Amino acid sequence: MPRACYHSRVGDSACVPSSASAFPATTVTARHSALVRVTHWITTLCFLALLVSGVEILVSHPRFYWGEAGNILTPPLFKLPIPASRSSVPTGYGFVLPDQNGWSRYLHFQAAWVAVLTGLLYTISILFTGHLRKNLLPGEADRSWRAFSIAIANHLRFKRPSEAEAWSYNVLQRLTYLFVIFVLFPLVIWTGLAMSPAIASVFPAAVTVFGGQQSARTIHFFVSVFLVLFLLVHVVMICLAGFRNRMRAMITGRAGTHMERA
Amino acid sequence: MSDLSRRKLIATGLAATAGASGLAVATGLAQRYGLIPPDHGGLYGAGETLTYAAQRILTRHSSAREFPRSQISKTPFPNGEPPKDEAFRRLQQGAFADWRLGVDGLVARPASFSLAELKSYSSRSQITHLACEEGWSFIAEWTGVPLSHVLDVVGILPQARYVVYFSIQRGWWDSVDMADALHSQTLLTYGMNGGELPVGHGGPLRLRVPRQLGYKSVKYIARLTVTDDLKRFGRGLGSASPEGGYAWYAGI
Repeated sequence: MPRACYHSRVGDSACVPSSASAFPATTVTARHSALVRVTHWITTLCFLALLVSGVEILVSHPRFYWGEAGNILTPPLFKLPIPASRSSVPTGYGFVLPDQNGWSRYLHFQAAWVAVLTGLLYTISILFTGHLRKNLLPGEADRSWRAFSIAIANHLRFKRPSEAEAWSYNVLQRLTYLFVIFVLFPLVIWTGLAMSPAIASVFPAAVTVFGGQQSARTIHFFVSVFLVLFLLVHVVMICLAGFRNRMRAMITGRAGTHMERA
Repeated sequence: MSDLSRRKLIATGLAATAGASGLAVATGLAQRYGLIPPDHGGLYGAGETLTYAAQRILTRHSSAREFPRSQISKTPFPNGEPPKDEAFRRLQQGAFADWRLGVDGLVARPASFSLAELKSYSSRSQITHLACEEGWSFIAEWTGVPLSHVLDVVGILPQARYVVYFSIQRGWWDSVDMADALHSQTLLTYGMNGGELPVGHGGPLRLRVPRQLGYKSVKYIARLTVTDDLKRFGRGLGSASPEGGYAWYAGI
């Protein structure tokens, strides 16, 4: 076990060995830092809480509009073919689901607070620990369309990653994580806040930039759908790459070598 | 015990002490500046307190967005049914001439106002968004007398912290802190879109609190009580909403 690797654990989530030959096949070594592991699982719990409570809030009015205002007397942009938890909403179903909006709203905002504070801690930390630079921003060799298309081709052919690459993230993973962390998460928070009449009273432009409060609600829904798709692909990739090893890496921080992508 | 783990233990201890005392100081400050909502207890109390405190600090000088006349919704949705009891029907038959708004509690001159008296005060109109926590909304022009004016007439006492408002509909009551009670956009509304406030939208009298979601804008207001303590009302959670599982503060 090279000491240098363990010593970089605190600041460095994916430890890339200088040469693969230094590692026998059975070596167990550091993969994810404590910060990445803790924030990962807190975010996971918050995401599931936000998803469940979000769906419960959604079923009280499964119709979407564009612009500032919209209600059941307004033609919707689209509506989901599901029953609602309010009798006033015309759904075509002969029954009304139980109202779960109260606790769902309490839980949604509480989980959002924890998620946002965790996200802030993570984002600030990765700037200082080098995790962002070393493991998330594409490496210099990958910053070209050619490298990008090779990565996509390899990915589509299910080609195994090279030994060195298996210790960090490939360019597709890096771009996906960057997109989720710096585009989808901020956008879902922003559109969520844009639905708040109090926030809109302080930052009106935060709402009008989307075209109105109902537009913000509609975008909030679509960003959430993208985040759920990310979650599904993420979990599928974990399973393809070796569920036990990947879970061990994210829980204990250690993983065997010969890792696959995740 | 190695040096490293001792150092770690001391650092953890210091961090925990700093965290605990930080939390204590924050709680003290929050209490002093009225940043703790009445439904701060229970499983979701922490999140609710953070939301209320953060939005109260941010909204100190803010006003709800007002819209041009062209954006008034052609189809405002009147959610819920008007009261069906005999007393309300009789008032409605008399064009609400006998409707009274009683104001009591921590006020110098408790009073009771007729609609005509409320309409004799200088009115204010605003075109604001009413958003329901379910997700739907509409924009309308609301006309009424600022709640702050009525509170001036009765003279609120210095220890006043909340205004509790009661609907003629049984079980409907709510409250706002003084920041919203004295806010220039908080109206005792009797008109909508240029006409009388329709019964479906809360006529003859609805309290509009446009910086919060629709359920804070309680319909059929018959009584206001100024208080320094919400514990005396209902189950002490500030309004009927938390008793039904909904947050007292509805800024989001």
